[in-house]
Amino acid sequence: MADVAVHHETDHGHHSSTGLSNNKLAMWLFLGSECLLFGGLISTYMLYRGRVSNGPHPSAIYDIPFTSVSSFVLLMSSLTMVLAVTSAQRGDDKKTSLWLIVTALLGATFIGGQVYEFTTFYREGLGFTTSLFGSSFYALTGFHGVHVSVGVIFLLSTMGIIKKNRITGTKAEVVELIGLYWHFVDIVWIVIFTLVYLIPA
Amino acid sequence: MSAATESHTDSHDHGLSDAGYIKIALILAAITALEVSTYYVDFGPLFLPSLLIMMVVKFVMVVSYFMHLKFDNKIFSFLFYVGLALALFCYIVALATFKFFIA
Repeated sequence: MADVAVHHETDHGHHSSTGLSNNKLAMWLFLGSECLLFGGLISTYMLYRGRVSNGPHPSAIYDIPFTSVSSFVLLMSSLTMVLAVTSAQRGDDKKTSLWLIVTALLGATFIGGQVYEFTTFYREGLGFTTSLFGSSFYALTGFHGVHVSVGVIFLLSTMGIIKKNRITGTKAEVVELIGLYWHFVDIVWIVIFTLVYLIPA
Repeated sequence: MSAATESHTDSHDHGLSDAGYIKIALILAAITALEVSTYYVDFGPLFLPSLLIMMVVKFVMVVSYFMHLKFDNKIFSFLFYVGLALALFCYIVALATFKFFIA
């Protein structure tokens, strides 16, 4: 059992004194710190969501069926991402690229939905400076959207470097690290979907 | 090459099979459908607790299975959950300071 564990851990690039991958340790540390960033944004929204001096109230503009479909799309992108990781661990480059591009497409669909939602809200009178609710809503969902967009860029870049065989380090680990980032973006949306959209102000 | 293949197989054993991940995704989709149903069906006093419980269950499932924390070294769990616990503590205190929890 110990042999298996050591064998598994030595499969990944550079290692710390713990025997674990430095890259993976750094990614988990980064994700832990991201909890603080999104915690701050979510708390600010919770505090200000009822502060609507001008413009529309949250319940008047949220389109729950539309956001539910977006949430489902992002959730399914987590499945395709984990399938990309398992394909990379099996050394199947073709399937890895396929699942990475499907994940990127699902992510892009989610972003498209968010752009549509923001545009609709703006036309209905909710600007970034209209009210405290508007500012905190756009800051929170905007930051999340930027994270998804960065994730899509990561996915497409990884797919490109896998195709050109220019990846440095262990291929499976690189895909796994991007997977961790992508799943994190998904879990943040799980929290946002419930606290922002489903629980009324 | 054979060593590399063996190593990949070992690392794959630490997670679920593809079918297992699909099952997890189906469970997550079903929970999401239940969450959305609270918008249409009146859950009464169970509305808030049920939504929060479903949110936590989905969160833990993604972190444990899709992010492999259940199968990975505990140091990774420590790094992530300490960050999460710090965030929860810090912001619950901040919200309490602003009397957020007082109806």
